[in-house]
Amino acid sequence: MTAATPTPVAIAPTERFEPALMRRKLTATIFYGACLAAIGILLLALVLLLVQVLVRGLPWLDIDFLTGVPSRRASATGILPAIVGSLEIALIVGLISFPVGVAAAIYLSEYARDSRVNRLLQTNISNLAGVPSIIYGILGLAVFVRLLGLGTTVLAAALTLSLLILPVIIIASIEALRAVPNAQREGAYALGATRWQMVRRSVFPAAAPGVMTGIILAMARAIGEAAPLLLIGAAGFVTFLPNPVSGSFSVLPVIAYNYAKRPQDDFQGVSGATIIVILVLMLVLNALALIVRARLSRHIQW
Amino acid sequence: MNMQLSEAPPRKPAVEAIGPTVRIASMARPDERPPAAESQRDYIIQLENVSCYYGSFRAVRDVDIKAAKNEITALIGPSGCGKTTLLRTLNRMNDLVPSYRSEGRILLDGQDLNAKAVDPVAVRRRVGMVFQKPNPFPKTVYENIAFGPKINGFKGNMDELVERSLRRAALWDDVKDKLKQSGMALSGGQQQRLCIARTIAVEPEVILMDEPCSALDPRSTLQIEELMAELKRDYTIVIVTHNMQQAARASDSTVFMTMGDDRAGFVVEHARTIDIFTNPRNQLTEDYVSGRFG
Repeated sequence: MTAATPTPVAIAPTERFEPALMRRKLTATIFYGACLAAIGILLLALVLLLVQVLVRGLPWLDIDFLTGVPSRRASATGILPAIVGSLEIALIVGLISFPVGVAAAIYLSEYARDSRVNRLLQTNISNLAGVPSIIYGILGLAVFVRLLGLGTTVLAAALTLSLLILPVIIIASIEALRAVPNAQREGAYALGATRWQMVRRSVFPAAAPGVMTGIILAMARAIGEAAPLLLIGAAGFVTFLPNPVSGSFSVLPVIAYNYAKRPQDDFQGVSGATIIVILVLMLVLNALALIVRARLSRHIQW
Repeated sequence: MNMQLSEAPPRKPAVEAIGPTVRIASMARPDERPPAAESQRDYIIQLENVSCYYGSFRAVRDVDIKAAKNEITALIGPSGCGKTTLLRTLNRMNDLVPSYRSEGRILLDGQDLNAKAVDPVAVRRRVGMVFQKPNPFPKTVYENIAFGPKINGFKGNMDELVERSLRRAALWDDVKDKLKQSGMALSGGQQQRLCIARTIAVEPEVILMDEPCSALDPRSTLQIEELMAELKRDYTIVIVTHNMQQAARASDSTVFMTMGDDRAGFVVEHARTIDIFTNPRNQLTEDYVSGRFG
């Protein structure tokens, strides 16, 4: 390294670099176009679905439909029992899956050592999140309805759906807990916190936005499920508001499915109206997730 | 206290002529009492033959140092020589690392911190810690300060304690109108002072600082150093720093560590800061403080 003769720095193009700016820009444009096309296909599908549902369903959607009970005539039918059934199930699913899911996630993320067994366990939970929901329906039918003798009830359905979404909640919660910087844990420990105080007052509040978002979105999934409840035996025609622990029940997706199966054209419209109600419920839950997230993360700036 | 280890070659007389390059700007105030004579000094932390291991790897070996009460002790040395490991051993923070263990005795006010009956949670209440990167909790300024007292069962007037802690950390005037805002919305220097305020809110005896200014600009660094000079009236401070000028400016005594051939860190020399920087006994220390290596 001699300071007297500095090696010339190549500013002008040399043979060692091939500028080909046009080709690079072309690649960029093609990729941009591909991304745009992907989102376009998605939007098109969504718009077609929404338009179809709204055109056929909206005429049937009125207050009598929302507050009435099912009838054999499409013009007189209502979905109140199914709305109440879905809400009861959502409530029980929330009460079960929130504490169990969060506790499991806290154990796996904050307490368990990073052992082979632990990693195997987490891989399995991830796999469970991918198991088709109908399999959970078979499990629910065998265990909750028959073995535990709960019968075809809201409770059996809620337990089944809780099992279905627990893996999703656990995975989302673990991700949220892991995203909290270790400096937060050390900061709490350095003030004389026990492990539980560290989790309860430092790590969990910091992870809460992610945890709550995961739970609310998982519950939206539970409310939209039809397959496992069909297996359990959710009815399509229930004219009374369901008792959580006894008697049959109905839920919105099952109703929508049952109406759509009927040959009469009018019932297709009723099915569309039911789907609109489900979509509104989903929209409310998603909005809630956004609000909760914003509220819980107002002090967080990683 | 000043130790010469076999790895440390004795100082060559030839280099005597080359003075240390670090200037020491004295931060001593006129009202400050003169440093106590060696024999009168009251040692709050004493390390006896301390070695630190990560699994089978020995990161620090055979440390015998003492930190005097109401003084600032600086740990300096090249990267990887175990300064931070040693610091984190003083409040058993490294117990959180699964493979970590330490040997030897660490006495806090005469009590062995590594004794079986000692709960690391209780140790950390008495020996607080300020980290390299400011790590305020994602809570309001007020809640950041109240966190420690709350978990330690503080029964008194919280508002008063919060204000007092913020005042002592020279942060009150900056944040008195922002107590309900996020602690993370403060500037880097303010965040670090918030972390110091949070630490003194639980009234520890010793405050450990792990390169507290490495993420801060020079102005904020100066504020923290002034704050440290203020805090040592009530607390004992042990600080790890990469910044030799900072050690020279802010500390009363300095521990110089380096790494041996076995990659284990060891203490080369521990002396009054002025001596380490102007009259080091060991060749390694001289080379380091004069900027010839490290």
